[in-house]
Amino acid sequence: MSRKSYIGRLMDQKTLMLMSIPFVIWLFIFRYLPIWGWTIAFQHYRPGTGLWEQKWTGLDNFRLLFQEEAFYLVMRNTLAMSLINLVLGFATAITLAILLNELRSVLFKRVVQTISYLPHFISWVVASSIIVTALSIDSSGIVNLILMKLGLINEPILWLAEGKYFWGILGVSEVWKNVGWNTIIYLAAITAIDPAQYEAAEIDGANRMQRILYVTLPGLKPIIVLLLIMNIGNILESGFEPQYLLGNGLTADYSDNLDIFVLKYGIAMGNFSFATAAGVFKTVISIALLFGANYMAKRFGQERLF
Amino acid sequence: MKLTSRTRTAGDILFDIGNVVFMIGLMVVTLYPFANMLAVSLNDAMDASRGGIFLKPRVFTLYNYEYVLREASIFHSLMISVLRTVIGTAVAVFCSAMVAYTVSRPEYLLRKWVALAFILTMYFNGGLIPTYLLHKELHLINSFWVYIIPGIVGAFNIIIIRSFIEGIPDGINESAKIDGAGDFKIFMKIVLPLCTPVLATVALFVAVWQWNSWFDVFLYNSSNPKLSTLQYELMKILQTANGSSTQATIGDVLGGNQRGVAANQVTPTSIRATMTIVASLPIILVYPFLQKYFVKGMTLGGVKG
Repeated sequence: MSRKSYIGRLMDQKTLMLMSIPFVIWLFIFRYLPIWGWTIAFQHYRPGTGLWEQKWTGLDNFRLLFQEEAFYLVMRNTLAMSLINLVLGFATAITLAILLNELRSVLFKRVVQTISYLPHFISWVVASSIIVTALSIDSSGIVNLILMKLGLINEPILWLAEGKYFWGILGVSEVWKNVGWNTIIYLAAITAIDPAQYEAAEIDGANRMQRILYVTLPGLKPIIVLLLIMNIGNILESGFEPQYLLGNGLTADYSDNLDIFVLKYGIAMGNFSFATAAGVFKTVISIALLFGANYMAKRFGQERLF
Repeated sequence: MKLTSRTRTAGDILFDIGNVVFMIGLMVVTLYPFANMLAVSLNDAMDASRGGIFLKPRVFTLYNYEYVLREASIFHSLMISVLRTVIGTAVAVFCSAMVAYTVSRPEYLLRKWVALAFILTMYFNGGLIPTYLLHKELHLINSFWVYIIPGIVGAFNIIIIRSFIEGIPDGINESAKIDGAGDFKIFMKIVLPLCTPVLATVALFVAVWQWNSWFDVFLYNSSNPKLSTLQYELMKILQTANGSSTQATIGDVLGGNQRGVAANQVTPTSIRATMTIVASLPIILVYPFLQKYFVKGMTLGGVKG
């Protein structure tokens, strides 16, 4: 075949183009067009009027946002719940992975793993239904029942009716749902540790605990650092479903986060421009954090994320 | 790490026993809530409201299930859930595989651009309000297709299918080309069948996601009961239970669909337990057999992501 022009060569790939271009068009409509929709954060958007006839208002929506007291409340809740989930999630998953690795029976280990994955696959609606039942004050509320049997409380507590318990309940719920699943990546990393290191530690007289502390944990360090950095970019993503499903009017001061704020102001109140401004704020901070984390990863000599 | 060189010390044995006890505790905490829900759902509703049901039904009945499956609105929502799971999964797997195939062809001139366009979407998105307004403009509100069309291709799915296709020996493609097969034919007849393991992984991810979705129902179709799904129906009952109005009647919960007789035999608690079991049953039945695909997809995604 003689040398053809770029267009000529492209024409030879008609089938491949037909197989991919329609999806690229789909992608632009459904994934890129909404980004262009950020412009309504700088407008006073009125539904029913064309996008070109909207009134531009500059940064007014952002100014309103930063003056809004509720915004600072949801920011506090978002950061608090993110940090609790981050710390609890890491600590429990790493601990469980190490303990699973120490089990002697391969069959027993596999059974525990399979069962511990289950809650990850069920929906938050089902999980919330389970949590509401477990925390209820009637006699089927197992949590109150056990605490009363142990003599820790004298009468049942309405766990989901008081804001001060919400962050804790959410943290524990996230652990219940995801701890098993989150061990996968650590267990994969543990199998990559050179067995010779354990043998050397054994010969040096290290006991079980010392082998965990001085061989397993240092072996996990790179993956822990990498995952921590990745999660920093997600610090404003504190989740939406569990807060929405478990929260109620009584706990709103603690359960409402940035995503629920956007939903309330945007969809429920129809204040589209204001809610979009809050959404844009969240995305811009997240991208900045992601790039910052990537830079940090490079400085610490870790594999970069992208 | 089997260390047989040395006898186990007392501390070792104590650690092992403690570890096994801990794992048993973990399994109990994971499984008990499901067992409890099952027991309540299999117990007479009026009797259950006296409380004290833990692992075994006291007054056994299948009436709750009969009620849930006979109640037209709930049964219909179950059908919509099945429908969106089946259609959504089939469409997503086929379309993702097709795009993955094109970006795996080294000679395809646009491969880098197509791949880049998809990968960029992993790092940012337009957010709730612009997406909502777009779907509204496209008349996807109050429509079944809002469950399918916005999710037909995902960047993550493309990445894991592509890395699988790239592991297929190129000779197979070449010999098919020499035999005169076009790209689409090669994709359908050779690549798709060879990709079964990775397609199973992607199908599972998508199916679980489709089955568990409720937010799109809430956002786009909450005014149309004909498009409701099982998870959304359960969510509505849950909201009533979790709200301050714990005295909600079954009539409030089921939106006036109740029949007088039935209302005396079921309670919101028993209906919720029954629907919780129905909503989780497909997943409980399927995932133990397929978890190795999930784990594979997860570790692959973790490495390539």
